[in-house]
Amino acid sequence: MAVGTPAPGLFDLTPTEDQRLIRDTAAEFAAEQLRDRAAEADARGGAPDDLVAKSAELGLTLLGVPEELGGVATARSTVTSVLVTEALATGDMGLAVACLASAAVSTALALWGSGDAQAAYLPRFVGAEVPAAALAIAEPHALADPFEPHTVARRARGGFVLDGTKSMVARAAQAELFVIAAYLEGRGPALFVVEADASGLTVTADPAMGVRAAGLGRVDLADVRVPETALLGDAYAECVRLSRLAWCGLAVGTAQAVLDYVIPYVNDRVAFGEPISHRQGVAFTVADIAIELEAMRLATYRAAARADAGLPFAREAALAHRLCADKGMGIGSDGVQLLGGHGYVREHPVERWYRDLRAVGVATGGVLV
Amino acid sequence: MITLEVSDKLATVVSQAHRAAAEILRPGSRRNDRAEHTRPPELDVLGTLAGHLSAIGPGGGPKPASKAENRNGSNLTSVLGIMEMCWGDAALLLSLPRLGLGNAAIASVANEEQAKRFAGKWAAMAITEPDCGSDSAAIRTTAVLDGDEYVLDGEKIFVTSGERADVVVVWATLDKSKGRAAIKSFVVEKGTPGFELVRLEHKLGIRASDTAHFRLENVRVPRENLLGDPDIDVRLGFAGVMQTFDNTRPLVAAMAVGVARAALDETRRLLAEAGLTIDYDRAGPRQPAAVAAFIELEADYEASYLLTLEAAWMADNARPNSLHASMAKAKAGRCATDITLRCVELVGSLGYSESSLLEKWARDAKIMDIFEGTQQIQQLIVARRLLGKSSAELK
Repeated sequence: MAVGTPAPGLFDLTPTEDQRLIRDTAAEFAAEQLRDRAAEADARGGAPDDLVAKSAELGLTLLGVPEELGGVATARSTVTSVLVTEALATGDMGLAVACLASAAVSTALALWGSGDAQAAYLPRFVGAEVPAAALAIAEPHALADPFEPHTVARRARGGFVLDGTKSMVARAAQAELFVIAAYLEGRGPALFVVEADASGLTVTADPAMGVRAAGLGRVDLADVRVPETALLGDAYAECVRLSRLAWCGLAVGTAQAVLDYVIPYVNDRVAFGEPISHRQGVAFTVADIAIELEAMRLATYRAAARADAGLPFAREAALAHRLCADKGMGIGSDGVQLLGGHGYVREHPVERWYRDLRAVGVATGGVLV
Repeated sequence: MITLEVSDKLATVVSQAHRAAAEILRPGSRRNDRAEHTRPPELDVLGTLAGHLSAIGPGGGPKPASKAENRNGSNLTSVLGIMEMCWGDAALLLSLPRLGLGNAAIASVANEEQAKRFAGKWAAMAITEPDCGSDSAAIRTTAVLDGDEYVLDGEKIFVTSGERADVVVVWATLDKSKGRAAIKSFVVEKGTPGFELVRLEHKLGIRASDTAHFRLENVRVPRENLLGDPDIDVRLGFAGVMQTFDNTRPLVAAMAVGVARAALDETRRLLAEAGLTIDYDRAGPRQPAAVAAFIELEADYEASYLLTLEAAWMADNARPNSLHASMAKAKAGRCATDITLRCVELVGSLGYSESSLLEKWARDAKIMDIFEGTQQIQQLIVARRLLGKSSAELK
């Protein structure tokens, strides 16, 4: 352990009272608001504005912003954000991404933004009407790696010029502000604040296999000029890791939704004279969903708690992300399989969860914890 | 507050166990594997050490004062210690004097008098019979009360440390017609007339651990050697004896985790020697195939490790953990096998050769998915619990 890193306290899986409260509030919102409107938002390819506005009332954008900047975070907690992300995703992953998109930008600004950028943008995120905004890291080419973005930023007089294409950008059409990952010549990957109405920036809809309620789009940057203050602090790796952890939270919540859905289904569904849950082939699948889900959750919490404690967490975040991508997808697939043909049609949400869970191994950006 | 790290206090225990594993268990690993049925010379040292390591091994320990208080107690200490020891050598961990599974049974179901009387004894556990394994309700070994003694008759196989232990905890039925509720465990001292060692098994792995086959013919033990409650309570059924497993399954999961980590550590070293370092940040599709495979295995390791700590932590905090104990055992058992086998494959002919320990760990690991309840038994337990099914409904 490096000198100066805090000594870990006792092993403990109990959330604090504050965490429990905010998680329960998010879970309630997920159950009462998100779940019922998920199918329609998925079909329409976007989240209803009123729903996103309602979610803003939960204070999601305040979580990552410290009190002196108008937020509520006395000590910003990755664990708290993971718990909230997970809870929202039990309602719907796509809607959760839509609801969390602006918070990703406010958190990034609060953590790494220049004083000027914070002063310019943060007040609106902690105000009554939170602007739509998106953290854009992914890119639309094979073998894309967030650590080697093809989007480039060149130094120009008074600032930078950005060129490239970003993909899987949440609520791209609505966003007024982007935080964009680009390769800064002479330095490496970096983050830039870019306003949506910047000259040379165009947004196109880019609906995907799943997470459709998030209104995914592409952002093309052609000679987009930004000022010096647009460059966020040197925290690129941390941002990618925290974003991957956010996707882990989404995976855990969605996988929990699958488990909670298939249990009553396989108990009620009768074949060959008894509930199909009386067959090991079915029952063991359910058992394995629960086992892998619990492991996904623990791995995610561990990485998040290490981030909060100031411990290195690259390894733990990567392992959590690997688990959530692989096992999460497996759970999505098993969810459909357990319902058979009924799982393949839209009367049941498992086909949507199948499509959504594929995003976990693919996406970086959009959400941040 | 959510923290999944090992506290400073426990880290000291872990590093002590690790040193013992590295200095005492690991060096003789290959020799002991080759010399099956020969008493490993390390056991003499370990006998002394076992006293110092008494923290490693299941036990009650003081219960938390209140629900609010978070405890990292003997269960967490045990699994962490066992992981390190099995990183050294799982077969020797299984051979640790006085820390056998029989001791776990005594710790969890013995009354005060028995706990005192059997303190300091090395206890092996005898459940399996030639005709029954997972279905332990079907055991045929009988115990009949005759005066102040029980008379035991039957046959027991797969008794870990059966030859080296002082006593064997034998499962027998008081009345076959009463089913599970009539199954009780009895402490049988070695040397009791009629208690005969038939043979030692030749095994795929964990060869330094002796696995005994016993025959019991008219074996008389004092009636006070019945562990727990002598009454046949049909309502309670198996609860008494099965309680033991809630304590021991996380321990076996911990063994699996330790073996898996040994293989991963060695594979990481060999991959580095071959010029591959692990970059955790790089996107999956951009990883070299061997690194991508390694990270996938390490993720399963992390999963097994954390599920095991969770099950132990729940026990420390007096939370019912039978579901989580089975989840940990299921995950760790299958992953240890998969991880160690794939590490052999990743390293290639060097990993397959006896010149490395990778092939040994791949053989050792397989038992972790079998004993103390096979993979399928754990899945049954988890599934019944989640689905609300009885053993009659979900067979």
